[in-house]
Amino acid sequence: MIYQGKQKIWSDYQKEIPDDHWFYVRSCIRQSFFPASEAHFVKIVRDLLGRDLYETPHHTTCGGIAYHSDTIPQETAMTIVARQFALMKEAGYKNLVTSCITSFGNYTEILETWREFPELETRIRELLWKACRREFDKPEYVAHASDLVYKLRGEIAEKAKYRLVNHATGEPLRIVEHIGCHYSKMFPHKGVGGAEYPCVLSGMAESWGGTVIDYPERRHCCGFGFRQYLVKANRGYSVSNTHKKFESMEPYNPDVIITNCPGCPYFLDRWQYVISEQTGKTYGRDGFGIPVLTYEELAGLVLGYDPWDLGLQIHQVAVEPLLDKMGIEYDPSAKYLGLNKEDILKPGLPSVMKCF
Amino acid sequence: MDYFEELSKDYRFKEGFHTCINCGTCTAVCPAAEFYKYDPRKIVSIVQTKDNDAIEALLKSDTIWYCGECMSCVTRCPRKNGAGLVIMALRNLSIKLGFFTESEKGRQVYPLTKALNGNVLNLGYCVHPSTFAFEDHPESGPVFKWVLEHKEDVYARLGANFAKEGPGALRKIPREDLDELKAIYDVTGGTERLELVEKYSRAKADEMSMTEEEYLKYTFNHCSAGHFNNE
Repeated sequence: MIYQGKQKIWSDYQKEIPDDHWFYVRSCIRQSFFPASEAHFVKIVRDLLGRDLYETPHHTTCGGIAYHSDTIPQETAMTIVARQFALMKEAGYKNLVTSCITSFGNYTEILETWREFPELETRIRELLWKACRREFDKPEYVAHASDLVYKLRGEIAEKAKYRLVNHATGEPLRIVEHIGCHYSKMFPHKGVGGAEYPCVLSGMAESWGGTVIDYPERRHCCGFGFRQYLVKANRGYSVSNTHKKFESMEPYNPDVIITNCPGCPYFLDRWQYVISEQTGKTYGRDGFGIPVLTYEELAGLVLGYDPWDLGLQIHQVAVEPLLDKMGIEYDPSAKYLGLNKEDILKPGLPSVMKCF
Repeated sequence: MDYFEELSKDYRFKEGFHTCINCGTCTAVCPAAEFYKYDPRKIVSIVQTKDNDAIEALLKSDTIWYCGECMSCVTRCPRKNGAGLVIMALRNLSIKLGFFTESEKGRQVYPLTKALNGNVLNLGYCVHPSTFAFEDHPESGPVFKWVLEHKEDVYARLGANFAKEGPGALRKIPREDLDELKAIYDVTGGTERLELVEKYSRAKADEMSMTEEEYLKYTFNHCSAGHFNNE
């Protein structure tokens, strides 16, 4: 009886993710800090696995960061999103996939609010028509891009060149996953596994050979906090929350951290650098940090794409210890080369945390 | 003005405010309460009293600006409240009434509004490398200093379509789409909000004997002692 109850609860948090035909909208942060992740998401989903993924150059920011920094009214945020929906309708798509967790939360919140308050949806339709002369249909399905990679994790595993295994010892790599607050804390039933047992990233990690670490602050925020990072005076909040997570995960010796939200890998990577400069402490072995990857970067490594094509050189934490553990072949001298192997100089190095 | 009645018109408030049992679960899980002198339970409790003077004091305080809107509280509340949503409604009202300039953290609405909406309306992005200054973001590290110094080369190397036409990461958003965003701001109250923040912030800058530029820098950079639990 109890087992059946648990099965019932679990079934509430499963998502029937459509297999094909997606309207793709990008992330402001992922484009700025992890552009190769988006390029490889398209490459893997469209070119390698043959799914229909459409992008229009006319889509824009969803306004989510401006909204959660309290700088625009809710109706402005809703109408920007309604315009994205109108572009999707005009292109003939019904499934929306977004590259951003803030956007995913924003789209979900808006659709749920309209469901509860239909008069607001009517008003937004009027406002969109007045501003843009456009009409929209609500998407039949809204996915985060990681949901799609989770759905395709088996096909990726079949084509894998490398596994998340220490090639010297044969032991699975120890993986910390961080799903990001707006993926399922607001609407748990919209995330794979809900807020309590999210498996969107752990499902990928385990399918590709790794083992997932449970640690006390696993669900704690990375520390972005919108205005708490964007305003320089507030960044103590941001680094303090990241520090809390690293102190909590340190005893479990993670080999790599994988992330869902485009902001989290930036903060978990860069605040390791700042903590090392401020306190002298590093969280990886031998003076290195713990590499922090996006799920696209992880999928790309497993599939055998070149680490520098994946953009791992624009992380501040050195990724080479992870590449070496996985037995990945790479050219250290090509790390900072530009297009067509052009010399575009090299970045400076941190004074404490080891980097190449 | 009856502030509780005003708050009740906000859909975030309708979603996030039901009877609070004062259990403190929201505060226990809150990343802001961990470090700031901040207690979302107390804020919801004050709002629940409908005491107009107490709510006005909140609207003028630093307290309502400590939240990071992570919404961890929404998941855990046993009564399906969302303290973070109540905070969003309080902030919205504080800005509408010009009360945000009465607190140090509230005054930060000005640099945030300028930077984010400048990006949205001029570029079509909330965040964009062309307006991300390393001097304002030393935490982005030497590697990102290098990225910013070699933007065209690095983004081309990484498969982006930086500042060019057509689809792809960091593509140039066409003028007609930016015009649509501006039209959306105009009809939805976005433009009015920007003008309101500008008006109240300029008045505060005058009161503090600062130029607009000095006020912008000061509100972005300055953190007084006393905000954190360990101070």
